[in-house]
Formats: sequence, C-alpha cells, structure tokens
Amino acid sequence: MSDTLLSVRGFSVMYDVDPPVRAVRDVSIELRRGEILGLAGESGCGKTTLAYGIQRLLRPPAVITGGDITFHDASGVDIDIDRLDAEQMLRFRWDKISMVFQGAMNALNPVAPIGKQLEDVFVVHRPKLSRAERRAEVTELLEIVKVGAERARSFPHELSGGMRQRVMIAMALALRPQLMIMDEPTTALDVLVQREILRQISALRHQFGFTVVFITHDLPLLLEISDRIAIMREGEIVELGTSEQIWTDPQDDYTKTLLASFPRLTGEKGVVAR
Amino acid sequence: MTTLELKHVTKIYTVRGAGQIKALDDVSFTLESGRTIGLVGQSGSGKSTIAKILTHLETQTTGEVLYDGEVIPRGGKRLRRYRQQLRMVFQDPFASLNPYHTIRHHIERPLLLDSVVPRAEVETEVHRLLERVQLDSASVIDRRPHELSGGQRQRVAIARALASRPTFLVADEPVSMLDVSIRLGVLNLLADLQREEGLGVLYITHDLATARHFSDEIIVLNQGRVVEHGSADDVILNPRHPYTKSLRAASPDPERHFAQATSILGGGQ
Amino acid sequence: MSPVDRAATGTARPPADVDETAVDPLEVGTTSTEVHSRRVRVPWRFLGNRALFYLFTLWAAVTINFFVPRMMKGDAVSQYLSRNRNISPEAADALRSLLGLDTDKSLWQQYAEYLHLLVQGNLGVALTHGLRPVTEVIAGALPWTIGLVGVATVLAFSIGTVGGAVIGWKRGSKLDILIPLTTFLNTIPYFWLGLMAISIFAVNLGWLPIGKAFGPGVSPEWSFEFIGQVVKHGTLPALTIVVASLGGWMLGMRNMMLTVLDEDYITVAHAKGMPSRRVLWRYAARNAVLPQIQSFALAIGFIVGGTVVMEMVFSYPGVGKMLLDATNAKDYALMQGVFLVITLSVLLANILADVAYAFLDPRTRQTES
Repeated sequence: MSDTLLSVRGFSVMYDVDPPVRAVRDVSIELRRGEILGLAGESGCGKTTLAYGIQRLLRPPAVITGGDITFHDASGVDIDIDRLDAEQMLRFRWDKISMVFQGAMNALNPVAPIGKQLEDVFVVHRPKLSRAERRAEVTELLEIVKVGAERARSFPHELSGGMRQRVMIAMALALRPQLMIMDEPTTALDVLVQREILRQISALRHQFGFTVVFITHDLPLLLEISDRIAIMREGEIVELGTSEQIWTDPQDDYTKTLLASFPRLTGEKGVVAR
Repeated sequence: MTTLELKHVTKIYTVRGAGQIKALDDVSFTLESGRTIGLVGQSGSGKSTIAKILTHLETQTTGEVLYDGEVIPRGGKRLRRYRQQLRMVFQDPFASLNPYHTIRHHIERPLLLDSVVPRAEVETEVHRLLERVQLDSASVIDRRPHELSGGQRQRVAIARALASRPTFLVADEPVSMLDVSIRLGVLNLLADLQREEGLGVLYITHDLATARHFSDEIIVLNQGRVVEHGSADDVILNPRHPYTKSLRAASPDPERHFAQATSILGGGQ
Repeated sequence: MSPVDRAATGTARPPADVDETAVDPLEVGTTSTEVHSRRVRVPWRFLGNRALFYLFTLWAAVTINFFVPRMMKGDAVSQYLSRNRNISPEAADALRSLLGLDTDKSLWQQYAEYLHLLVQGNLGVALTHGLRPVTEVIAGALPWTIGLVGVATVLAFSIGTVGGAVIGWKRGSKLDILIPLTTFLNTIPYFWLGLMAISIFAVNLGWLPIGKAFGPGVSPEWSFEFIGQVVKHGTLPALTIVVASLGGWMLGMRNMMLTVLDEDYITVAHAKGMPSRRVLWRYAARNAVLPQIQSFALAIGFIVGGTVVMEMVFSYPGVGKMLLDATNAKDYALMQGVFLVITLSVLLANILADVAYAFLDPRTRQTES
C-alpha cells in the first residue's frame, strides 16, 4: 500500500461558455493516505470544480481538457479514474471516494425519508444484501453519527441543519470509502454545531481511517484541523504546505492576503481601524 | 449624544399548532451615537428579531423602545421621521437591491422621499454618497445591480442607508455573504463612516472575531436572552458566562491553536 | 495527537446546571425539531381548512347561479308556454321558481325555494328536450363526455408527462424537437385538425367511422358489440384531443424537470453512483411531477364541460353541444343545470388535487411552524 492515495497530474477544466472560462488550470497534487488536506480559496477559485472533476461529476458546460487522475487503491491496484467507463464509474463512486455536500435543504431528496435515501446506496452498490441486512446497516450508520435510528422515517425538512449534515456524513460513510471529499460541510451551521460535527469527523477518521479533503473558504478553520493546506486562486494552487508552514511562514502574496482577511479572535487588534 | 434604548423587551410569537415561541426574553441595552455594539448570537438567538423591533417592522410584546428618551412612534409621520434616523443594511447584497432599477434610482429614492436635500441638489448628493462609500460614482451610477460585484452592491446598500442622514445604523450580518478578501474592506468602510458621521452602529453577527475588532461593546444573545454584556475585549478574552466560553472555544482560533501546539510540543505531555 | 483531535477536544460543553440552555445546541442543533414516528401523517388541519374553503365556494357558486338568470331579459317561460299548452301548472311554477320569474315573491323567498329545489335534485325541466327533467338530460350526455374526454385527458397527461420527463432528462438531445412540434399541434385550430383527421382516416382510408358515438340503428346496451362500436367511434375524437393537448403537458413537465435537475440532491444522487434510470424516475421525476398533478386535477374538473368543437366536428352526443344548443334556444334551466354540474366537478377536482398533493409532498403535511 503506497503512501499516496490519489495522484492528480496536469488536471484542467474549462467552462465552455462565451467567453470560455478556465476554471482549473493544470493542477497537480499528491494526496497522502490518511491525511486531512484543506483546500482553501474564495468563490470562483476552482476548488469545487476540482473536487467534482476528480470524481467526474462535472456537467456541461464544464469540460475536462486534460490531466490524469490515479487512485491508488488499498488493495494495491492503481485505478485511472479518467479512463473508467460509465459502468465502472458507477461502481467506483461512493465505494472508493465519497462526498459530503453542504447539507442545506437541497442536498437531500425532499420527498423521500432519509432512511430510504441511505438504503439507496446499498441497493445499488451491495445488491446481495437482504432487506433486513440493509436496514441494519442504515440503523448502524444513523447511530454512528448520533442522529438516532428512529429518524430513519423522517423527511429532510423535519431535521435541523446540524442533523441533516450528519445524515450527509452517514451517507458518505456508508460503503466505508477510502477518501471523503467534504465541500463546505459546516459553512451554513452555527459555530457550536460546527465544532461538534468536526469532532465527529475526527472520531470517525480514527475509527475507519479514511483520508479527507476539506474544502472551505474558512482558512482559520482549516489551520486548526488540516495536516496540509492548498490555497487556490483562479484555478491554480498557489501554495501548498503544512498548516504550521502556512500560518508561520506563508510564501505567496495571495496566501498572506487571505490570512490577513481574518481578524484574530484572541490576538492583536488593529485590523479594523477603530 | 443620542440614545436608542431597549428596556426589558420581550417578544413572543404565537404559532398555530406549535404553541408560543419566546424570541426575546427581557432584553435591555442602550445604543449610543458614536459607539458600536456587536450583537453576537447563533441562529435562533433572536438577533434578527431585535433588528425588526428597532426598525419597527415588529412590535414587542412587553417592554419599551426609547429613542432619545421617548417611546418610538407607532405610526404616521412621526414613525416616518423615526425611520429616517434608523437605517438598516441587510445581509444579502443580491437580494436587497431591486434588479430592475439603476444605482442612481436606488440612492435617489430615499433622498426624494425624505426630502433630505432640495431637488436641484439630488444628483450631486447621489454622487457624493457613492464616492463616500469608495465607489467610482460615474461608472457605477447608471448600472444595474447584477452588473456589480457583491462588495460593490453592499457599498451601494450602505450609501442608500446613509442617504437620509440617520443617527443609527443596524447592520445585520453585512459581510457574511461577501468574499473573504473584501470583508475587511467593507467593515473598515463602516468603521470610517461611523467615526466621521458619529453614527451609533448595531453590528449583528454570529462571528466573534469580527465582532471583537469592530465593536466597542459586545452583547451575547442566547435563545432570546442576554447572557453577557461588556467591552469587546473583556467578553472575548475573559468570558464569564459558560455559553460565551463555549462559543469562544468553538470558534476557530489559529493563534491559540498553534501556541498550544508549540507549548505541548515544547513542554512535552 | 492529530490537529483535528486537539481542535475537537478543545470544546467546553456548557455545564449541566446552566439554566439558560434549555435545549442543548450540540444535541439537536440550534433549531430543535420533534420526532414524528408514525408512518403516514394525515394532515387534518390542512384538509379541514380546504374543506371549509370549498364549502364556501360551493355556496357562492350556487348563489351566483341563482342571480344570473334573473339578470337576463325576457320571460322565456311565457314564450314557451304560449307555444305549448301541455305543461302542468306545478312544472311551470317550479320552472318559474328556478328562473326567478315569480316576481310576486320576495327575493329571499325565491332564494329559499331555489335552494329547496336544488337540494331535492330538481334542476327543472329542459325546454329544448321536450320538458324532460334537466337532471335526466344531463345524465344522458354526461357519460359520453366524461368517457371520451376523460380517457383522452388521462392519455395526454400520461404520455406528455413521461415524455416531458425523458426530454428534460436528455436536455440538449434531438428529442428537444418534440417540444416545439407538440406545442405547434396545440395551436392548430382544433376543428381543422378534426376535419383533417376525418378526411384522412375516415373518408379516404376508411379505417374509422366519421362521427357519432355509435353506429346508426344500434341501441345502447351492455354488450361487447356495442362497446366495440363505442371504442371504434371514439378513437378518432380521442386521438385528435390527445394530439392537440399533448404539447402543454410535455412542456410543463420538461420545464419542471429542468428546474429539478439543477437541484443539489440530483448531483448527490449521481455522486452516490445511482444508475441514471433510478435518478431520473425516483429522484427527478418524482419531484417534478408535483405541479403537474395539480394541473391534471384541474383539467379533470373541466372535462365535464365537454369540448364543443370536438362534439360539433364529430357529431358526438356530449355535454358541450348540448350546452351550445341550450344557449341558442335560451333554455335557461338546462344552462343553469350544466353550469352547476361544471362548478361542482371543478370543486371536486380541486379537492382531489389538494388531497393528492398533500399525500405526495411530505412538506405540505407539516402545519405551519
């Protein structure tokens, strides 16, 4: 089992609109097994496009114009994601890489109970399971994320924001993937709930050992939770380093600007001229 | 110095089928012109309700709101005049501007409605206000909101709020929907305007860090109740109430985080 | 210790003895919810409100129906009576009551009598149908209309909705041409479409009969032969209705699909590795069909009015033609009766639509909170 989980080489995405937009420009990065990689940047920098692109979830007018993505499976096999056919891609998805979306109202199907939406994953990926076994898996998942098995029959609009986010995490965890990509999972949540969700993710990582890519614009948050951080701007990674390095010795000017945009909670004042 | 005072304000909503919801419970504080109060609370804490009560979009169930010592008017011309003195800047720069109208129209409206300046001077005043918020008035004035960036739109919203020369400004999460790198710019603008116009600002936010830097005092709201009220540094650096402490502990703080890290690494466990 | 652990354990939970936090925000988030454990919740309050509303609408419709003929000129009853002597005095009186021509009674009395007659199911007699009771006359034409137009509407809805879902799903494909094509068919004057259909299929090709509900010399009965005739005669009219109305259903469903396909939960479904068909039907179409159901229910309500043009072109014995004839002959009682029946069925259809929507969309089952 190699140290690297995911190798991205020269990945580029373009939006075929008028004028065309180069959303991701020749991005290369090696994701290490077991790490938490923070992907920071402002809106439009390409971080979400990169995350979706890796899983081939982009839709027109987005076009992948180049690059290789290789997934180094735990079994030792190397999988070229960009070369999988449709059938293989369906099987690959969620099983090896899963995604936690921003759990706002729209990420869950409003007309189906959450238990059903969790079961869906098993129906498609583990067809050999009996109905009882599927239910057992769903129950276990709901208990792991502390939503409670009795909520399986609830609809998304009946749950609070924090609970919906936990359901999203349960869904991403269902097949025990090796990589979880989290796109602004705590942005819409209050700071207390956010902290609890992060604690949960940490506990789950310890239990199940998956790698995390955490996408957000909240740099102070990333500094606290990530091993390494990649700063993105206009489709490129302008800086990549450990969180200590980024904090104490940022190299790129944009990184410095971004750091300076967050006033210190307990440090020096003077950021806002009072 | 003018004051805006909330005295033992309680607001109870009656919801069909779900009973009563106490949005605010015995809230009291005084906003003075020339000072900023940061109102910190999470969702459901009641901070938006306070904004609605101050601007008289809602009325409190019990308690009083006093402007310069007098109860705020219930209606008619006196309410109009009160509302000129208390303006609001909203959270969503995309939603608070009418997409069909030009920027000029947006700024003209309050000037004309409240007869702030004589008609002949309205055009000059519009330009002045736009320059005041650091926008290039000539290039912006005939545009429509969708042609501007989020930061520019928010500045237009601030200019609009300032048009009637208010004494107080209620800013409800004014920067939380803006891109990170321009937030401080807008906050600094608000700070400058506050200083120069002697405004009293109520800065409503969920973010402790900006509240600390932007406000003189901080009030922490939890489930409709004031749990802590003190100077900004005091509340953030030496919180007394357990809720404030947990808020502070939960907020990302790289400074403390890395200081701890080095001390742990250095001192061993 | 990894950075995440250090960060995560830094949180101080508020001590249990603090009274301020009645609901622990860490447990349920800052907006608490109740747990509903029953499987299907009947939205009584919602349905109850709607029922009250419909009762009110019914009363309003009936009352307006009462006033309308009283605003029309001329005493049709006297004109008729002058031509026909063999009408019983009671029938004439009832007719006058219904039409408000008994001016020696006060308005309130007339209204009370009108309601009394209505409740008894007495809608008067039809002047144009040899004084047969209105209810009988309407009952004679109604099944034809409901049968033909009902079947045609259901067909158009089904084909249109399924087609719209597929077209919306395959956005940008060649299937898109079907939308302008079907909406174009919608705009062709129906009588021309009908006449063309008759000309091609009935006259030239001789596949289907020219018109009417069944062949000449055949009397209605429950036999296979009769039913066979009905189906054969009904095919062309039904087909033309379907062709003409398909566009609307297709367009509506396709547009809703496009809206729904932009939602996040569709992306999530794809990300989960759901096969396309599953995402299309269970996630996308299931959500997009909700507004279609309401339109469908309303369309059902209006079926009862029949389609006059179709009935004229195909000489079909439905309610539409009957209404047209009644209007021309100033047969007020029959007109009033038909209006009432149409109103009732639209109301009923609305109720059904509300009930269906309440059960299909779990969000409406919640009372306001």
